[in-house]
Amino acid sequence: MLKTILRRFGFASFTLVFVSGLVFISVEALPGDVCTAYLQRYAQGARLEHCIEEQGLNKPAIERYVLWVSGAFQGDLGTSLKKRRPISDLLGERFQNTALLASAAAAVGIPLALVLGFWAGIRRDKPTDLVVSTVAMLAMTIPEFVTASVLIFICAIKLNWFPAVTIVRSSASITELLPNIILPVGVLAFVMAAHILRMTRASVIEVMTSDFIQMARLKGVPWRQLLWRHLAPSALIPAVNVIALTTAWLLGGVVVIEQVFNYPGMGNLMLQAIYDRDLPLVQAIALIFAMIYIVANLLADIAMVILDPRIRTSKEVR
Amino acid sequence: MTIVTMNGQSRARSRTSGFWPTLRRVAARPSGAIGLGFILFHVILALIAPLLSSYDPTTPNADTINLAPSLDHLMGTDSLGRDVFARVVHGGQLAMMVTACAVAIAVTWGGLAGTLLGIIGGRADEIAMRFVDALLSIPWLLFLLLMASTIGGGAWMVVPVLGFFYGVAVIRVSRAASLQVSARDFVTAARARGEGLRVIIMREVFPNVADILLVEGAMQWSWMLLAFSSLSFLGFGATPPTPDWGLMIANERGVMAVAPWSILWPCLALSTLIIGINLLADALGKALGVDRARENPT
Repeated sequence: MLKTILRRFGFASFTLVFVSGLVFISVEALPGDVCTAYLQRYAQGARLEHCIEEQGLNKPAIERYVLWVSGAFQGDLGTSLKKRRPISDLLGERFQNTALLASAAAAVGIPLALVLGFWAGIRRDKPTDLVVSTVAMLAMTIPEFVTASVLIFICAIKLNWFPAVTIVRSSASITELLPNIILPVGVLAFVMAAHILRMTRASVIEVMTSDFIQMARLKGVPWRQLLWRHLAPSALIPAVNVIALTTAWLLGGVVVIEQVFNYPGMGNLMLQAIYDRDLPLVQAIALIFAMIYIVANLLADIAMVILDPRIRTSKEVR
Repeated sequence: MTIVTMNGQSRARSRTSGFWPTLRRVAARPSGAIGLGFILFHVILALIAPLLSSYDPTTPNADTINLAPSLDHLMGTDSLGRDVFARVVHGGQLAMMVTACAVAIAVTWGGLAGTLLGIIGGRADEIAMRFVDALLSIPWLLFLLLMASTIGGGAWMVVPVLGFFYGVAVIRVSRAASLQVSARDFVTAARARGEGLRVIIMREVFPNVADILLVEGAMQWSWMLLAFSSLSFLGFGATPPTPDWGLMIANERGVMAVAPWSILWPCLALSTLIIGINLLADALGKALGVDRARENPT
């Protein structure tokens, strides 16, 4: 078991190095550099020299990469070109806001998805399953900004229940934010639940047709006991992995949703940074998003190894 | 059922294949029929768009700002006084062309690379798959945004990037399929005959992976459309004043309270096209007997 966990850890580290390298190289490969991209036609003379000095561009690329990554681990992500402040300062409150949004969506979406997916799975091809699966399919395929726009139209403009956009500062307290986040959390939870639900349903159906469930049915295990003792443990463990995968969607989705609702989070800051051509800030946020995703995946993998005896004992691990 | 013919060409097909029989089987399913219907509707609409409306979709008109739907303007006008109907019927052209090109790139390069990896196997395959896994574990939108910020946005700049990254997901699928096919007897036979790698791929393995790639391509098309319209919405896909659904929704958000028609119609158009493609992919998978678990668009 320890060996499996170490192996997963190794892969996560490899992915992190690979992704951070990619983020770094994608900017390095540009004609010009961070400073010329930001200053555009003002990129000359003292201004350019000052910028190069400030960003440490006179060092070789390898050295800058190592400094960048090791700095990131110590909480130093460099300096924003536009805002003229250390990036870690800028990110603090934004990170909290995004974490609030994402965790609220997860708190609503995950239990909902597990229950509905389980329910749809045991009632396969019955009307309840068809309704749940169809709604999930729609939620997954329609772009989230469309879902959000239609919901804003219905809930905020026609019914006037919630504000249509977030109108608070990025440093607002949680109590100020709460009434503003109901709608974005609703959209995020809705789409996220659809992804988890589909996987849970598939997993339940797979286990339902397996030999040990057939056996339990044949020997006359009561339905309720069959569901809780036999089906639920083996069908729901794969959901742990799905939840981690969904964070990928959640991180992408957060960027769009924050833009739709003008919510002061990390995604919003990243878009702003792109519009401002503030590449150090863009890189830093990209790295953080990737890091969160890799860590979530690693944790899910480890949880799977601990929870699922089938993975723990099997020789053939990916 | 494996048919090995005299000249050594071999197929592992269980049903009659070919374009028309497959199409008939797809259309026979309700999901396939509805999906095909939606797609055809949008393709035809995009093709004959200039004939449908006498208004120019890009010229602003200060006299007709945010007008409600009427006989003159079937879907009303937007915040710059442009006819929403004209913009909606033109709005799919760019997105459909861009995503179709990107799908072609993704399926071609992902399909070939995956098939090759599945056949050669061994160390090279193992190492390549590590990189594929690592690439797939990056949130897709993040990467598109990073690319947009460095090489700049714009619809046609997005094509190679989308094609490359979605192709990575195709590699996984085609490699798994090719791995299975490579273990079959007719491939062993071809190897024993001393055929070259190119012949084995093109004549023995690829025809058997093609069905899976077709279904995968349809699925990828819907993810790409989602990605491209999201990019347009965020301001890195289509550039104003191009009529594009994602861009229209982004631009008209501010006037949603006074002119909701300028946002609801593009929403409807975009949703029906994406749902249509999804239904088609679903029906195609069932008709071809390709069992494809839906994955997350990572």
